[in-house]
Amino acid sequence: MADLAARTPPPTAPRRSPNAGGRPAAARRRSPNAPPRSFLWARRIFLTALTGFVLLPVYVMLSSSLKPLSDVSGAFHWLPSELTVRPYLDIWRTVPLVRYFTNSLIVAGSATVCSVVVAVFAAYAVSRYRFRGKRLFTVTVLSTQMFPGILFLLPLFLIYVNIGNATGLALYGSRGGLILTYLTFSLPFSIWMLAGYFASVPRELDEAAYVDGCGALGALFRIVVPAALPGIVAVAVYAFMTAWGEVLFASVMTNDTTRTLSVGLQGYSTQNDVYWNQVMAASLVVSVPVVAGFLLLQRYLVAGLTAGAVK
Amino acid sequence: MRRLPVRLRRAGLPYLLLLPALLLELLVHLVPMVIGVTMSFKELTHLFLGNWGAAPWKALGNYRISVDVNAPVGAALLHSFWVTCVFSVLAVGLCWLLGTAAAVFLQEDFRGRGLLRAVFLTPYALPVYAAVITWAFMFQRDNGLVNHVLHDQLRLTDGRPFWLLGDNSFYALLVVAVWKTWPFAFLVVMAALQNIPRDLYEAAALDGAGRLRQLRRITLPSLRPVNQVLVLVLFLWTFNDFNTPYVLFGKAAPEAADLLSVHIYQASFATWNFGTGSAMSVLLLLFLLVVTAAYLLATSRGRKHADG
Repeated sequence: MADLAARTPPPTAPRRSPNAGGRPAAARRRSPNAPPRSFLWARRIFLTALTGFVLLPVYVMLSSSLKPLSDVSGAFHWLPSELTVRPYLDIWRTVPLVRYFTNSLIVAGSATVCSVVVAVFAAYAVSRYRFRGKRLFTVTVLSTQMFPGILFLLPLFLIYVNIGNATGLALYGSRGGLILTYLTFSLPFSIWMLAGYFASVPRELDEAAYVDGCGALGALFRIVVPAALPGIVAVAVYAFMTAWGEVLFASVMTNDTTRTLSVGLQGYSTQNDVYWNQVMAASLVVSVPVVAGFLLLQRYLVAGLTAGAVK
Repeated sequence: MRRLPVRLRRAGLPYLLLLPALLLELLVHLVPMVIGVTMSFKELTHLFLGNWGAAPWKALGNYRISVDVNAPVGAALLHSFWVTCVFSVLAVGLCWLLGTAAAVFLQEDFRGRGLLRAVFLTPYALPVYAAVITWAFMFQRDNGLVNHVLHDQLRLTDGRPFWLLGDNSFYALLVVAVWKTWPFAFLVVMAALQNIPRDLYEAAALDGAGRLRQLRRITLPSLRPVNQVLVLVLFLWTFNDFNTPYVLFGKAAPEAADLLSVHIYQASFATWNFGTGSAMSVLLLLFLLVVTAAYLLATSRGRKHADG
């Protein structure tokens, strides 16, 4: 602070600048870049409005999940007429939520682990080696991001069915097939981000590992992976969220026993009625693990983006 | 003694490291895409689903049906295409604007900054279906929050409008999509802002540059390379988005909010005519390829000019 103040030009000898006349003298004296009042007010108003917009559905989710069914069937009210935890008890009985939850955990968890491992290998190759076809590989992998899911949904479905018929390996309708699908969804972004992250780990560290007698894989696992851990955590968070939230493939590729949450949650609406309080309670329950994990690890995501992808 | 084998192995090693990723991409993305393109040239109705290789070839027939704007199928596709274009442009613009504004306002430290950052990232962290189902509840005509506020509390509307049916559904979809996607723009811009040296701002302030001038002269120019990728990614995601309209509206989206991916899903699974559905998907992919290429060409050239 003192340093900044010392560098501030005294008000009697203003520097040549087109804009200085418009700024209040008090603001100039405090620090060279102290925010002017108009900026503070703009910030306050904008951030308050945005917070309201962002949190509105969260409030609706939370408050409605504590309402009796009569409250959510009639006109909306901001506050529950009485607080009840009944929806939280009922959700487990209306649909087999535990089974959906387990399926989602297995699918998203396995997809994340596999995706991160595969991405680490690929990103290491891309960031550390020069080889033929490198550009082709990165461009191809990244361009898969623009494929409309609907274009390969049916072919993939047919491939899984055919593999199943030919080898007896049940991919269609099984968790394995869904894991395989989801792990490739997060792969392009993960490789791209990790390659950037690995590139920021100095090569001299690898060389040192070679001198110590490590092979390439030794250097990768002893040096690069630990150094790039924030980036890897970020990629894992991204992969998990991608798998946890996917709807299209889950709705086509699962059956009653392998159904995941994204499809299973639709079970709360019957022909005539939707148990909105239970829907909200269930939404909240399935959101808590991911949101908590994400908010805990989000600093790594920002750090990972800062070091890797953004550069 | 150790050097030589290492060097020999090095030639093959990168390919070995890439192999798992390559195989997976081939299996899940590239091979299905080739099959999808093949299917678009076939008359693939439910009769041939069990043995799709035996379906008769149809040459460009499926494409002719898809682009014939005088027939109902082509006209509906064209309408859906326009809706998706307008929707994507608006959604990307709003997401970018909100994300950048929020990131810029959170650039300097103040009390509660960390908390706000976490709050702003919540929509991105929430599973899509949980968030969109909540919005669907809020948009209900009789027991939703939106009509309660607009009609009962503010008395802005005469009756209780439908939000998930008819023309309003476009705005409902836009609000939900922006709500869900803008935190990604925020996250990326926030990360990019951390790479701008503080000194630049202090030097600019010494020269008397106010906040707006600093934004125009330092922040926005530094964000250009990031924006190039960010806007493209946002556009591709919004254009291909299936989850949001599907959870918000169910299987049949209202005409005003009939995004392409849901439209194609409907066209394929409602009629079991996968040949035409594939042709539509291929057209969608071609369009996105052209837009992406043109965009990258235009923005890269602009950047080179600015640098030179």
